[in-house]
Amino acid sequence: MSVETRTQPSATAAQPADLIRLERVTKRFGANTVLDQLDFAVQPGKHVTLIGPSGSGKTTILRLLMTLTKPDEGIITVDGEPLFPAPEKQVREVRKKIGMVFQHFNLFPNMSVLRNLTEAPVQVLGLSKDEAEERARELLELVGLTDKCGARPAQLSGGQQQRVAIARALAMRPRVLLLDEVTSALDPELVAGVLDLLRDIARSTDITMLCVTHEMGFARDISDQVLMFDGGRVIESGSPEKIFSDPEQDRTREFLGAVL
Amino acid sequence: MKWDWHAVSDFMPHFWDGLLVTLQALALGSLLSFTLGLVWTLLMRTPTRWVRWPVGVVTEFVRNTPLLVQLFFLFYVLPEWGLTFSALSTGVFAIGLHYSTYTMQVYRAGIEAVPVGQWEAATALNLPRRRTWTAVILPQAIRRVVPALGNYVISMLKDTPMLMVITVLEMLGQARLFSQQRFQFTEPLTVIGVAFILISYLASLLLRALERRLVR
Repeated sequence: MSVETRTQPSATAAQPADLIRLERVTKRFGANTVLDQLDFAVQPGKHVTLIGPSGSGKTTILRLLMTLTKPDEGIITVDGEPLFPAPEKQVREVRKKIGMVFQHFNLFPNMSVLRNLTEAPVQVLGLSKDEAEERARELLELVGLTDKCGARPAQLSGGQQQRVAIARALAMRPRVLLLDEVTSALDPELVAGVLDLLRDIARSTDITMLCVTHEMGFARDISDQVLMFDGGRVIESGSPEKIFSDPEQDRTREFLGAVL
Repeated sequence: MKWDWHAVSDFMPHFWDGLLVTLQALALGSLLSFTLGLVWTLLMRTPTRWVRWPVGVVTEFVRNTPLLVQLFFLFYVLPEWGLTFSALSTGVFAIGLHYSTYTMQVYRAGIEAVPVGQWEAATALNLPRRRTWTAVILPQAIRRVVPALGNYVISMLKDTPMLMVITVLEMLGQARLFSQQRFQFTEPLTVIGVAFILISYLASLLLRALERRLVR
């Protein structure tokens, strides 16, 4: 079982190019500045976790990358191609490289599980129905839900729905997977299954992950880099060992003390 | 006053003719109002003000003027402009147009009730705009609005007798014609009254079955 992702063409270069770049990105909601002149880059294949108090702008970064909202200022590029500012046609192309899993799953309730997974590959990537279904069945096997092909999302538990949502995002073979508090809406006993699946995907693929989570144990396991957000800025970043064991900032220590 | 079964049996052939016309007007009027209403709703969501503004004015105007006036207008004024349709076609058009201005509001509410996460998931999967509407948003919205649309079908049924004023011989038209010839009012009016109740009841049963199927 493998989840394929294309390899980076410039991987041979000494310094791999950034896959995601945000330059001086500012985002305001009314008078409230959520992101303040943020510079931020992710290299291909890395797993980056964003932590910090709520309202610190973590989720906004994911939403900007998914083009669910637009920045007020700044430049966003993915794989060297502009995502903002960019014309709609360009956005559609760049967006193919990005997949997202939401806190509340957002599966299409009017479609079967299988159709949730085949809809976009057929409509967007132009796969035939058979190809898309084969890909979907492989992914359902990966997430352990082969028997739920024909079920409606409403017939599944929250954990199962989230696993389908992860499979749905992977069916588009994105280079980047955005994970927005994917276990926050789950009953406690269902959290482990979803996190184990994500650990598995992180280990066995070269997909780049950008993850907003309150699961610090999970963050420590999968991350190459942890970014601590506060007030719309990155106040500290480093390896998970460094951030979780020996943070430099008092604010980070305070935050970790409160959530751990 | 005496109940006359002969009057009933003499009226029945006319009743069936009238029933057929009523059901035709109802079915076609409903279809037209469902379709036009959806068209208005979608036009009201276009980014161009030059589309939204005229659609908004026209539908507001139609919703806030009486159906009866619209019937007379379409039947007597349009032919002066060289547009002639049969009385039934004119009636179906008037009912369909009038009720489309109500169904558009129902559709709008249904569309707005689809959670914003559905739009976001569609964006995240890069679904084209049109596909997002046809495969994700509308199926969910329409499922939600079936009961409300059903209520308008019953309303339309009760408005079909208005077609009488533009010479359409639906049930009430037939009953009135019969009464004027025979001076027997009780029997034909009772028959069509019962028919209205039965049609409403059957329609509501049908709708409930449809709802159950959609909600699963």
